Amino acid sequence: MELIDRYLALVGFGETGWGTLLLSASAMTLGVSICGFLAGTILGSVVTFMKLSRYIVLRWLADAYTTILRGVPDLLVIYLFYFGGSAFLGYLGGLFGYQGFIGMPAFLTGTLALGVVSAAYQSEVFRGAFKSVASGELEAASAVGMRPWPKFRRIVAPLVLRYAIPGLGNTWQLVLKESALISITGLVELLRQSQIAAGSTRRPFEFYLTAIVLYLVITWASSIAFRHLETRTMRGTRSSL
Amino acid sequence: MDIAFMWETFLILLTGLPLTLELAATSIFAGGILALIISLVAVVGGPVGRGFTRGYVFVFRGSPLLVQMFLIYYGLGQFRPLLQELGLWAIFREPYWCAVIALTLNTAAYTSEIFRGGLNAVSVQQVEAARACGMSGPLLFRRIVLPIAIRHALPAYGNEVILMLKATALASVITIMEVTGLAGKLIADSFRAFEVFIVAGAIYLAITFLVTRLMMIVEFWLSPHLRMRPPTLA
Repeated sequence: MELIDRYLALVGFGETGWGTLLLSASAMTLGVSICGFLAGTILGSVVTFMKLSRYIVLRWLADAYTTILRGVPDLLVIYLFYFGGSAFLGYLGGLFGYQGFIGMPAFLTGTLALGVVSAAYQSEVFRGAFKSVASGELEAASAVGMRPWPKFRRIVAPLVLRYAIPGLGNTWQLVLKESALISITGLVELLRQSQIAAGSTRRPFEFYLTAIVLYLVITWASSIAFRHLETRTMRGTRSSL
Repeated sequence: MDIAFMWETFLILLTGLPLTLELAATSIFAGGILALIISLVAVVGGPVGRGFTRGYVFVFRGSPLLVQMFLIYYGLGQFRPLLQELGLWAIFREPYWCAVIALTLNTAAYTSEIFRGGLNAVSVQQVEAARACGMSGPLLFRRIVLPIAIRHALPAYGNEVILMLKATALASVITIMEVTGLAGKLIADSFRAFEVFIVAGAIYLAITFLVTRLMMIVEFWLSPHLRMRPPTLA
């Protein structure tokens, strides 16, 4: 009991205030993950279209993108955007005679890095989903006289989304956990906030344990959300089993 | 693009390669053994064993590896007197061993799920056939269940090995100077992120390429029944 009291005095919402800070840092973790994931969806869709393109150069480029981004540690990609982005901005500023750039905004770095990495995974998910669309459905759409764009918007896209949701769920969990790496850029998300708290109270064990629990809550909640989404989008389909 | 600088970078990063491979090999090996134990507990341990393994897998797959590493490296340092008493301080003092422990515990969670899938994929008929031949216990497990399970699990296991190779990069955050650690330092010193990224990325790509080929060879070697028979025997 004494242990719990001491823990609550340290991490709780009392005068120390670490609890509130940790919760708002969790919100920041969610924010940068969501932005990174959405950026990855947009870029991933482009890469998917390249993979399904009839031009071999585009297919080849898209495959190279996926191979490289999945074969390189994500920490390196973050380093690239963190240091490289700053150098690039500084160079751009220099062109316009402005010397004041110090660094990339950490949130932007996180969004870009998570987006670029998750696009590689998401494009594979989307490609698999495209392959799952039955050719009969496409033929049926053509048979009733749908032109390519309405066919894509009203038939293909909803089906692709439906097939992609389990894979997207995996990718989302990946991005969520990867967002902890953004702490090296100084963005105050959950891990960084825990580092700050651990440093100033000299109680790292309690704070990192709390961080793990908070991450577990977030990943657990999002797995429930994705399962819910999956059952909703599968509504109206008969199970083949 | 400065070729001379990139060559210099390459030579520097290469000195970190043994450490990266060592970290990966140690934790994959130890994690594999731990995962085998965990998945056995899950299959034969009854409800208690299942609950324990499910909790273990949930915690280690649901939270970021970097936080687990920080918890072990910085968090356990808080219990220094106790660890010194137990004689474990020599291990938890070293960032290298803390990284190995974190990587091992983390990969064991993923690998145990892969092994569990492999063990579940061994069909009842195959076990029955072995029993009909009079095999039981460890012999049945060693000769029938384990080889079949490994064969089923191998493709997914290859993915996990590659993920672990990349995960060793996180050790750089707790001051270990392997390839990514050196790359990070070089970038911070020279501010030439792009060149260093290309070189470091190429090194990692080369290793993962070799590992995927190696996995393909092992898979070929483990599945003689799927290979084409020589035409003379047909």
